Amino acid sequence: MWRFIGWRFAQSIPVILAVITITFFLVRLAPGGPFSSEKAVSPQVQAALEAQYNLDQSMPQQYISYLADLARGDFGPSFKFPGRSVNELIFSGLPITAELGFYAMLVAVFIGGLAGVIASLKPNTMQDYGPMGLAMVGICMPSFLLGPLLVLVFGIWLDWLPVSGWGSSSGDKILPSITLGAMYAGYIARLSRSGMLEVMSQDYLRTARAKGLPEYLVITKHALRGGLLPVITYLGPAFAGLLSGSFVVETVFQIPGLGRFYVQAAFNRDYTMILGTTTFLATLIIFFNLLSDVLAAWLNPRLRYQFKKKT
Amino acid sequence: MLNPLVTTRNFLLIICITLLAACSGGGTGETRVEQGTREGVLHFGNGTEIQGLDPHIVTGVPEHHVIQTLFEGLVLKNPYTLEIEPGIAERWDISDDGRFYRFYLRPDALWSNGDKITAEDFRWSWQRALMPALGNLYNYMLFPLVNAEAFATGAIEDFSQVGVRVIDEYTLEVELNEPTPYILQLFDHYSTFPVHRATIEAFGTASDRLSQWARVGNIVTSGAFELVEWGLNSHIRVEKRASYWDADKIQLNAIVFYPTENLTTEERMFRDGQLHRTEDLSLDKIPVYLRENPELIEIAPYIGTYYYMVNTIRAPFDDVRVRKALAMTVDRDLLAETVLQGIVAPAYAVVPPGTLGYNPPKTFGFDPAAARELLAEAGYPNGEGFPAFEILYNTQESHRKIAVAIQQMWNQHLGVEVSLINQEWKVYLTSQENFDYQIARRGWIGDYVDPNTFLDMFITDGGNNKTGFSDPLYDQIVLRDAPAAQDRDARYELFHQAETILLEQMPIIPIYTYQSKHLKHPSLKGMPANIMDYYNYKYVYLEAAE
Repeated sequence: MWRFIGWRFAQSIPVILAVITITFFLVRLAPGGPFSSEKAVSPQVQAALEAQYNLDQSMPQQYISYLADLARGDFGPSFKFPGRSVNELIFSGLPITAELGFYAMLVAVFIGGLAGVIASLKPNTMQDYGPMGLAMVGICMPSFLLGPLLVLVFGIWLDWLPVSGWGSSSGDKILPSITLGAMYAGYIARLSRSGMLEVMSQDYLRTARAKGLPEYLVITKHALRGGLLPVITYLGPAFAGLLSGSFVVETVFQIPGLGRFYVQAAFNRDYTMILGTTTFLATLIIFFNLLSDVLAAWLNPRLRYQFKKKT
Repeated sequence: MLNPLVTTRNFLLIICITLLAACSGGGTGETRVEQGTREGVLHFGNGTEIQGLDPHIVTGVPEHHVIQTLFEGLVLKNPYTLEIEPGIAERWDISDDGRFYRFYLRPDALWSNGDKITAEDFRWSWQRALMPALGNLYNYMLFPLVNAEAFATGAIEDFSQVGVRVIDEYTLEVELNEPTPYILQLFDHYSTFPVHRATIEAFGTASDRLSQWARVGNIVTSGAFELVEWGLNSHIRVEKRASYWDADKIQLNAIVFYPTENLTTEERMFRDGQLHRTEDLSLDKIPVYLRENPELIEIAPYIGTYYYMVNTIRAPFDDVRVRKALAMTVDRDLLAETVLQGIVAPAYAVVPPGTLGYNPPKTFGFDPAAARELLAEAGYPNGEGFPAFEILYNTQESHRKIAVAIQQMWNQHLGVEVSLINQEWKVYLTSQENFDYQIARRGWIGDYVDPNTFLDMFITDGGNNKTGFSDPLYDQIVLRDAPAAQDRDARYELFHQAETILLEQMPIIPIYTYQSKHLKHPSLKGMPANIMDYYNYKYVYLEAAE
């Protein structure tokens, strides 16, 4: 098991290096620089700006000094926000995005899992079609539509919840979490339904029923463990997706998270910020994928057995 | 055997009850705006997140809004008339030839740390603003001063040769190259505001862009408010400063600025009682507000022009008749009424009308018949043989709508084939920079209220003249004759001449004059609309509606 983790970890290093290198050169190839603006910039000012951010050096020189800084954990200064480091910007947005992602995940697992299990109990009846239809809507509806719709209904018409903000007034975290979680809830509903259906026909469940176990115990104790396995493997990538894909929700609800910085950085050609957030998120995604593999192995006795045999 | 649905149903019920209970707390009680009005706290929708608060580094309207509350320059403006009012300078003398200004600073003006604001603070700050190493994008605001441009470009290194002198602790003398009638307006621009030398030097060198001096806890300011909180992408809170020289006049206790780059979200925040004032309003919301809540919407002419720039280097646009034909077939009235929701004024010149008494020439109008003749003279009768061309705009819905309308007009009136191409902002800027376009959408907002801020764009090889237009007489008037003019009438007459030359050559096709559009809560007073969209917080107060 440990060898497996170690091997996967070692594999991820060249991946991250490739991400850094490709991003580093790609952002510099994009038309327009961090200092191009609607108003003409005089050559002296342009030169002074480039000197302040080491852009006057050759590209390989910049690349090497960037890697050297990165090795020390320094993502460099932001081009767009003078006096702020990329580290500072990432760590000001990350906790908020992570919190939002966590709540969205709760929404997704809870609602999605519940819908999937309910649907699987009576397949091909209304009890199946209803939740699955909703799940399909959840998957298809983009958050830039769902968010404003929820705001319109719960924020403006019913006036139950604030229309924007994060932690500034009570209940303002509910709508963004639902909006972000909805799509994932849909996926999880479908995953858990198919997982449950597969498990329900297994012999060990028939055995459980045959020995007279009440149905709710059959489901919660035996079926769920196996049925939700596909969901667990999905959670890692899903959480990484929540972290890197929260831009729309953050914009719709005015949430000061990482997603907004990330997208703004791309528009501003804030080289260091684009690189910093890309590297950071790539690392997170790799980490969560690793984590979900490990979790799946831990939950699935068969997988565990395979590892034991190998090691 | 227990039916699993029974438990699930109960479970769902519990969730619903919990959610309802959680929600019920949200909507009760007063809104943020009502509470703010009661406590004297203005909630201000501010567009985008600001870059920073160093007046000599940042550029942009949202930055301007915040900096203006924290810093003060020599003078201020009256928001109703835009006339100059005293700021840190309590009075000033102007020499007869208009080239020397002597400012007498008020001795009771203090920095937020209690230090006196002196003439030396201004001299040092302007030296910093002009330092080549700092890379100040707005350094040209000080170029009317003798030798300022030479210092900024590195031609001279001795700042004592620049036209600013400390006479004594509270007296500052400024020497100009030419009598510059709008110079006092520039002294109310943040790029000429004084900064606190000891603070800047405590956090790095004067030209260090990465310095931390302008952060909460570090920053020392000269204005009516002081910086209290700054949550990135969240909010900025400034509070009234008791040691400000005119603190008695300040009626607001605090201002909270919110970055609201998404117009739809900003409008929802306003509707939900979270903002007293929005930075902007999307075009499609305007008719709704005009119909249902006209008292909440404020639309006013703004000192900016929306135009199409023509690449005069490339055929067939190197022919002035072609450019004129295009300009004469844009039905601006129709465009203004339909696409632009009837809120803008059609433009036939680059300087907005009424720029401090200046009225631009009108050399052409909507005239499809004459335009067709011009095009025929140029060799394209009924548009035959005219190569298909593109309109370039930066990706934005309103630019697309306007381009679609103009595409139709040109096709209908001239029979020419036009396609549209949109590019992301920086790509679009690069295309213009490289003259890699045929016709491109462009806008220009004046830096100050004077025709010069629009007309000096089109001098030969001017940094913002990406059209290829060049006319020696135009350059002569804008660069030499107008600055040396003896009085305002003579000067405006010269500008009128220059603008006529520009419109005869038509390197740009003016379309409409910008409007500022805001939603304003009825409790917000003393923030009148003006062409600069300028606020002076001595006049602003909040009063609950009866």
